[in-house]
Amino acid sequence: MDRAEVDAKIRELAEPFNKKGIAIKEETTFANDLEFDSLTVMDFVAAIEDEFDIIISMNQQAEIETYGQLVDTVHKLQAD
Amino acid sequence: MSEGISQPDQPHVIEGEGKDLFSKFDDIIALREGLLSQGQEDPFNLVMEKVLSPTRAICNGRETILLGTYNYMGMTFDPDVVEAGKQALADFGSGTTGSRVLNGTYQGHKEVEQALMDFYDMDHAMVFSTGYQANLGIISTIAGKGDYVVLDIDSHASIWDGCKMGDAEIVPFKHNDIEAMEKRLRRIPEGAGKLVVLEGVYSMLGDIAPLKEMVAVAKKYGAMVLVDEAHSMGFIGENGRGVVETAGVIDDVDFIIGTFSKSVGTVGGFCVSNHPKFEIMRLVCRPYVFTASLPPSVVATACTSIRKLMHGSNKRAHLWENSRTLHKGLKDLGFQLGTEEPQSAIIAVIMPDLEKGAAMWEALIKGGLYVNLARPPATPANMTLLRCSLCAEHSEKEVGQILEIFEEAGKAVGII
Repeated sequence: MDRAEVDAKIRELAEPFNKKGIAIKEETTFANDLEFDSLTVMDFVAAIEDEFDIIISMNQQAEIETYGQLVDTVHKLQAD
Repeated sequence: MSEGISQPDQPHVIEGEGKDLFSKFDDIIALREGLLSQGQEDPFNLVMEKVLSPTRAICNGRETILLGTYNYMGMTFDPDVVEAGKQALADFGSGTTGSRVLNGTYQGHKEVEQALMDFYDMDHAMVFSTGYQANLGIISTIAGKGDYVVLDIDSHASIWDGCKMGDAEIVPFKHNDIEAMEKRLRRIPEGAGKLVVLEGVYSMLGDIAPLKEMVAVAKKYGAMVLVDEAHSMGFIGENGRGVVETAGVIDDVDFIIGTFSKSVGTVGGFCVSNHPKFEIMRLVCRPYVFTASLPPSVVATACTSIRKLMHGSNKRAHLWENSRTLHKGLKDLGFQLGTEEPQSAIIAVIMPDLEKGAAMWEALIKGGLYVNLARPPATPANMTLLRCSLCAEHSEKEVGQILEIFEEAGKAVGII
């Protein structure tokens, strides 16, 4: 899957969690812009993990602040 | 004014410097001040002026029934336990002033470890200065860089802190979800070290883990299994060994973590294991090495208490009876509870929000009942809970009184 396809899929998965319907850009942050709390993060991460059959450990999650970083990480993990 | 001190009483404020390292706590300071400004008693600043028994104390000048102490088996005033402590205090002094691996291992430390090996019928037992340190030490030492820890999202802070300190890859799964756990284990790269961390009883809602299924799944993927049985010792399982015993998986788990600060009635933590190399932990586990060992009186009380818990079946039966009575009573009154059926000696009453929860807590304490107010972020799903933990020494009459106090407070606050 190329980056654009990963991006499209994650956008789709993010939709139910994006309660305020905020426009998601590469630099959109999960904590501040999307206001994801820890429970939302857990469910969102689980949805991505199941979709791509990968693990995003909490250590890796700690490095991800923006949407673009998430897409990069998932793109890399699913290619491995 | 303080006389004779060459500094003003008030701290010197530097102009234009409102922010410092404490600024990150401003939100929680504001939340706390908001609650207290409504004239409420501070739920996190209660002082017990006198403790009358395992179930009664004088709090803020009032005689209070204790329903939030984790003193499940009521061993804190057991005459044999108290006597053992006094004797050790007289014979061995007030403290060891040293690490277990230097000058801090006394006869009593070896005796309490033997008592644990007998209690759990296991080959090795290692006693830590607190339960927190037992989780912190064992998890951080066995799961290092490159290893994976798979754990329930509702795990205790000591488990999370142990994960963080150990530098392993941390992979949480949804609470008690066997399938979510299996998926994560399946995705771990081949050859990586794997540790699954579970709890027998989860202390926030008082629910138990499906250990039979979970331990089988963990073993299928070649993971080591650690189970924290802090909230089950002495009254869950035929020999009081915990949910692992009820589930029939005690021989399949690699480590059981426990504490002396609940059923045992003092302070301290431990790990028991059958692993043939377990003893090396004493040299490589930093929270074990770099702290002073427990005082002689504490290990003596713990040892006596653990040996008495082996024969506590009557107390055990009464504790379960109390749990069932309280659960049913609260449910009948219309309170929302953490579990449909009583699964442990913890009964969590779910509050609509933090404000109502704090008001309810205050109404209860003024009515003569102490429970724990548990609030986010320590609670699952950001719930506010009034957590009740029963004691084998609560009489039938006391449980009746507890229900009366709950009914009155619940009506006054408008929850039922």
